[in-house]
Amino acid sequence: MTPNTDTAARNGNGPSPTSSKVIMSAEDVRRALTRIAHEITEHNRGVRNLVLVGMRTRGIPLARRLAEKLDELENVQVPVGELDITLYRDDIGMRSVQPLVGSTAIPVDVSGKVIVLVDDVLFTGRSARAALDALIDYGRPKAIQLAVLVDRGHRELPIRPDYVGKNVPTSHDEDVAVLVREIDGADAVEIRAVSSFGFPVSGEEAGQ
Amino acid sequence: MSVRLETRGNSELGTQNSKPAAQPRKHCLDLNDYSAEDIQQVLDTAEAMQEVLARPVKKAPGLRGKMVVNCFYESSTRTRVSFEVAAKNLSADVVNFSAGGSSVEKGESLIDTAKTLVALGANVIIIRHSMAGAAHVVARNAGAAVINAGDGRHAHPSQALLDLYTMRARIGRLRGLKVAIVGDVLHSRVARSNVHGLTRMGAEVILCGPATLLPVNLQLPGMRFEHNLDAIIGDMDVVMPLRIQKERAEGGLIPSLREYRANWGITAQRVARMRGDALIMHPGPMNPGVEIDPEVAVSPRSVIESQVSNGVAIRMALLYLLAGAPM
Repeated sequence: MTPNTDTAARNGNGPSPTSSKVIMSAEDVRRALTRIAHEITEHNRGVRNLVLVGMRTRGIPLARRLAEKLDELENVQVPVGELDITLYRDDIGMRSVQPLVGSTAIPVDVSGKVIVLVDDVLFTGRSARAALDALIDYGRPKAIQLAVLVDRGHRELPIRPDYVGKNVPTSHDEDVAVLVREIDGADAVEIRAVSSFGFPVSGEEAGQ
Repeated sequence: MSVRLETRGNSELGTQNSKPAAQPRKHCLDLNDYSAEDIQQVLDTAEAMQEVLARPVKKAPGLRGKMVVNCFYESSTRTRVSFEVAAKNLSADVVNFSAGGSSVEKGESLIDTAKTLVALGANVIIIRHSMAGAAHVVARNAGAAVINAGDGRHAHPSQALLDLYTMRARIGRLRGLKVAIVGDVLHSRVARSNVHGLTRMGAEVILCGPATLLPVNLQLPGMRFEHNLDAIIGDMDVVMPLRIQKERAEGGLIPSLREYRANWGITAQRVARMRGDALIMHPGPMNPGVEIDPEVAVSPRSVIESQVSNGVAIRMALLYLLAGAPM
């Protein structure tokens, strides 16, 4: 499966992208994750007491890869959790179909731990806000840090990332797609101009 | 707050993190209008809800600001409490309404009562009523999502869904399972909903009991009737006895409770002939010593208690999936 066909499939029957540009290659993604892993160890003076939590869907493979790199650097196996934020979204009941709730698995007690939340794209900050609420329902972490592969700007909440793979200036009309080999068959980050995000209901809502 | 936020360009809170549900459904009235995908979706969502129930804080904000009304015209313990716990676990506001002591005693109709509840802010109405079709009437007339918590002898979909969930969780599949539902199938809304749900998911259902208690005009692919329990019990994956009400003997449908137990009771001797991994389920409430022996109900192959706890996860899933549907 090529990355492009899968991205189109993910977008359902929405408008097709008018153009797409690769802004990070597989090599760029690898280097960015390596640098983030180094920054995590430097910032936390090691990785003991650390837990990586990937946000569903593409944050999870990114968190696993960071854990592998941290193991190489520090020879410590950092626990990796999976977080689904659906029940914590701030727009439940405002869409015409309910998004499905995915599974969450946090393998350790988060109380007293330093949590590094991992997501693919940071945009409005609303999913990071939801993830903070979700995590705190599991206990009282010592600190929560945020790592993202792409920061595309346009924050709507006072949230900033601690570790960023690449800052990408974008417009609202653009779509940033992070592709990971575990799900999409290959690693890449693409930026695409679309009139509206290809969700089946977005056309009618876009006028509001 | 505006929904516009996530429709422009890329969206963190858009479809990247969460797949949209297959199709919006407004009500849960009967399993005969649920496709296999619909059922699968409820069971999968319930699995995610089970994880919420395992946390130190068993509460998620999914239904914050929604009002759920428990509207029970018939007595109930587990269903009513289970829906209330499920709604509270998702942070909904719960109002309990029972017909006794309400304007129903002054002659208010079902439709007017439902409209009143909606005018007071109800987003979801959970209704149990002795008349078949009561939930459908409310669904057609009130502007709220409606969940049928049992209507006459007709349907009890949330009970059947939790039975399916329990079987899938314990055995790992539904397709090809052999399930015997034993006893008063004729008067049982639980049995009827289970027949629809199980056959839709590819299980084989054997309705077993005296001819006077079997619904002979119910015919679906994947189900059959059997009078002799001893002939089939060794081949079943699941055996589900139903409660025998004492009035059935008084009404002449069975000769006596003792004779019923001799032919169709789930006794320790019969259980000994079941397959090693076969399950015993019961929708409750039980009549120990009639349709099921007390020691069988608490034996290792009995999953009666997990049926009750799984009921909360299933009802959280139903509430979550329905409460988001626009009216």
